Amino acid sequence: MEANIHFPDPSKVREELIQRYPAKVAKKRAKSIIVNDPQLIPEVQANVRTVPGIITQRGCSYAGCKGVVLGPTRDIVNIVHGPIGCSFYAWLTRRNQTRTESLMDANYIPYCFSTDMQEENVVFGGEKKLKVAIQEAYDLFHPKSIAIFSTCPVGLIGDDVHAASKEMREKFGDCNVFGFSCEGYRGVSQSAGHHIANNGVFKHMVGRDNTPSVGKYKLNLLGEYNIGGDAFEIERIFEKCGITLVASFSGNSTVSQIENAHTADLNVILCHRSINYMGDMMETKYGIPWMKVNFVGAESTAKSLRKIAEYFGDEELKAKVEEVIAEETPRVKAVIDEILPRTTGKTAMLFVGGSRAHHYQDLFAELGMTTVAAGYEFAHRDDYEGRHVLPSIKIDADSKNIEELKVLPDPELFNPRKTEAELDALKEKGLEINGYEGMMKQMTKKSLVVDDLSHYESEKLIEIYKPDIFCAGIKEKYVVQKMGIPLKQLHSYDYGGPYTGFEGAVNFYKDIDRMVNNPVWKLIKAPWEKAGNGAGLAASYVTQ
Amino acid sequence: MLLRHTSKEVKEREGLTINPAKTCQPIGAMYAALGIHGCLPHSHGSQGCCSYHRSTLTRHYKEPVMAATSSFTEGASVFGGQANLLAAIETIFSVYEPDIIAVHSTCLSETIGDDLQQITRKAKDDGKVPEGKHVIFASTPSFIGSHVTGYANMVAGIAAQFPVSTGLKKNQYNIIAGWMEPSDMREVKRLSKELGVKIVLFPDTSDVLDAPQTGKHVFYPKGGTTIAELQSAGDSLASLALGPISAEPAAIALEKGCKVPFETLDIPIGLSATDRFIMALSKVASVQVPDEITAERGRLVDVMADMEQYLYGKRVALFGDPDQLFPLTEFLLDLNMKPVHIVSGTPGQRFEKQMRQLLDERSPETNFRNGLQADMFLLHQWMKNEPVDLLIGNTYGKYMARDEDVPFIRFGFPILDRIGHSYFPSVGYGGGLRLVEKILNALMDRQDRDALEEKFELVM
Repeated sequence: MEANIHFPDPSKVREELIQRYPAKVAKKRAKSIIVNDPQLIPEVQANVRTVPGIITQRGCSYAGCKGVVLGPTRDIVNIVHGPIGCSFYAWLTRRNQTRTESLMDANYIPYCFSTDMQEENVVFGGEKKLKVAIQEAYDLFHPKSIAIFSTCPVGLIGDDVHAASKEMREKFGDCNVFGFSCEGYRGVSQSAGHHIANNGVFKHMVGRDNTPSVGKYKLNLLGEYNIGGDAFEIERIFEKCGITLVASFSGNSTVSQIENAHTADLNVILCHRSINYMGDMMETKYGIPWMKVNFVGAESTAKSLRKIAEYFGDEELKAKVEEVIAEETPRVKAVIDEILPRTTGKTAMLFVGGSRAHHYQDLFAELGMTTVAAGYEFAHRDDYEGRHVLPSIKIDADSKNIEELKVLPDPELFNPRKTEAELDALKEKGLEINGYEGMMKQMTKKSLVVDDLSHYESEKLIEIYKPDIFCAGIKEKYVVQKMGIPLKQLHSYDYGGPYTGFEGAVNFYKDIDRMVNNPVWKLIKAPWEKAGNGAGLAASYVTQ
Repeated sequence: MLLRHTSKEVKEREGLTINPAKTCQPIGAMYAALGIHGCLPHSHGSQGCCSYHRSTLTRHYKEPVMAATSSFTEGASVFGGQANLLAAIETIFSVYEPDIIAVHSTCLSETIGDDLQQITRKAKDDGKVPEGKHVIFASTPSFIGSHVTGYANMVAGIAAQFPVSTGLKKNQYNIIAGWMEPSDMREVKRLSKELGVKIVLFPDTSDVLDAPQTGKHVFYPKGGTTIAELQSAGDSLASLALGPISAEPAAIALEKGCKVPFETLDIPIGLSATDRFIMALSKVASVQVPDEITAERGRLVDVMADMEQYLYGKRVALFGDPDQLFPLTEFLLDLNMKPVHIVSGTPGQRFEKQMRQLLDERSPETNFRNGLQADMFLLHQWMKNEPVDLLIGNTYGKYMARDEDVPFIRFGFPILDRIGHSYFPSVGYGGGLRLVEKILNALMDRQDRDALEEKFELVM
């Protein structure tokens, strides 16, 4: 499928993007800038080191572990072991919303906990202070869980957060204390931290409570962090459909939900990049298959609900899902019908996350807009090209030191929810069971795919393509807007949302319409700066 | 309740900091470096540091914040970050073409023991620094001090590495800006001009972090102290350091390097601190204070007198950074208000002493603490024990303000949810007027909200 809009010659664009770089840098970047062909799907270099000095969108392993995966669970006291900054910057900035059942329920999300490591702790070791901090947190709050996050100096000075956690866990008896070696220098981006977080949550939380969960269609929602209330909307839809959500990893979640997650019969994965490890490990240990879904976009939501119903293979559920879709669709349609004439034919660029740059293309498609270029900040090749490339991904030095848990079927709890034959039949029907086709298959031919886009490249792309909207994060927001192009933040949603489900689609349509058609973009030039406005007073006197 | 786990009972803590009233050094260094024209701040550490600092500064200013990183991986952490920094310097000069790269360290590179002086010298020796371009550095370990310390260290680095003493004095004065907003720096320049004193202000983030919308992204905006100005600072007649914690180290560096004498003042927030600034500048430069400035002062005092009934005895809790908290507290006392609780996460005996002295004289019963565990959790507990009428601090204060139903004024860093701080100064007499307006609005809106119908006032 070729879009109607005119693409600049993508190979020339590619050359222009790298020409300013020193030779070695140019050579490296060239492998991450790819002209797409959805039929052939060329290889994209991804999850490799950012060249030092390049202005990158990427963050660190700690951000992926504490900020992304563990942050949204409300009743864990997350203590950051390190100097004060790391905990400070991850304090409430990701907009993980949460809703407790009563005002008495635990919610530590508005709090920031740190050992505030000082020079003497770096010199003489910080374990003692860490243990004091854990004790103080326990005495003050009596939480169900305390998680410890290692920042850069911790790994270097050799503080053993795991031993300290174990000691305190055993001492307390009624508080699960566990640690993460998620020092910022591990891996090449946030992605390493996601993997480390998955391992820790799987080892220390999942499977601790075997109470059978109640419900006919029980599933876990993986890789949904409830930014702007996204999980609330999905929860609403599930409830309407009669689907039981056992646990969410990790938006609007609690410790007990995650501890009980292995009693569900299906894992649906939204953010493939940050949580696919969990899907795989739970399948191996408990026999729960996972399936890639997307609740970003009204059509995608309907499609995902149908897939879930198909998985459970229950006519009652299928009928209910159709009923819900039929009920929700008219209000979505009313909005899109009104907006579509104003957005059709416009272009978007998405450079964000490890899954969002894919998911949001569905919403832009619903708006009649074309994604001319896209890429991820911290994804791997499988997120671009599909999971079939997994065996061919080379394990480099930076990935090698991220632990791969050796998971075996649980002797008692392993219970395949579907037989091999049943799974094959579902795959035949187009369900992405334990699979993901990646972003490029969905993108048009000759669109541009760029991994770990640099600041320099983003300015060039905007100059060349002049997109109607650019999607990225806070660091890019005002740079792009200074160029007169609206930027939609797809980490924080510009403090709006939710963008999932039917309600989310409506919100997004309205926001994008507002942004691309906002009169402010036409007010940038002062009247006296506009051509043909006369040379000032003197000239108008003459004409009079 | 948002902060439902905060109990009234205060227990001393030794290991755990909860809701810090500070952050780490490198973000201050990054902010300071943005106040130099044509300068790209560079974070020598993991990518996360740079990303977090850029994000926080961007949220505070709603402006582009450009900075690069050494992108440490595990290898660099084991073998040292020299190769990363050298590669970064080469890449930055060819791709982003700054005049200056201002490198600051992080807890990671400090723990490894990377020597920035040695590495930047090697970059020069290896020809990685083009002719006429500069690489400067500051050591900013995150495990010492706070973001304020990092700002001070970078400004001191600038003062140590640029100014040259030619032996010929120039008829100009240095004003070393403590941590202030671009609006404040603009106001300091205006006041100096009004007095007729030629100054070199550094750093200067006006016209950098309040840049106009032009349809173009200017990578190095027109603002910032220029290299020529910085070099000439060595020939200035004297320096005024605005902020004992955030600006004085630079003044000391200038005195040491170029023998420029200095005087340290508070950031001119409020009436008394502005009086001292105007007096000091007029004295050092031997100029008369023009009538216009006297009139500005008079307008502020006039409002203070006219509205005194709404201010008297109002109980205030405040948190933030030393160089702002001291003059702000002094101003609250001048307004006949009652500072009840004060915390700052920034450690240091000098600030503690300065504040104690002021409080001992004018408000001995005030709760005050700075340094470790002087955090917002403690402040909140104090507020639960002794309630206040007003809370002043950065955006994070809004959680306490909502829970305790206390009027709240955003002041300090970071302000993530409102605009204004980068456009409207809080220094000088005009800035004082703005603060009084904010305080009165907060208190009087509350009075209007809570008044019984029969007590609802038209004229106030």
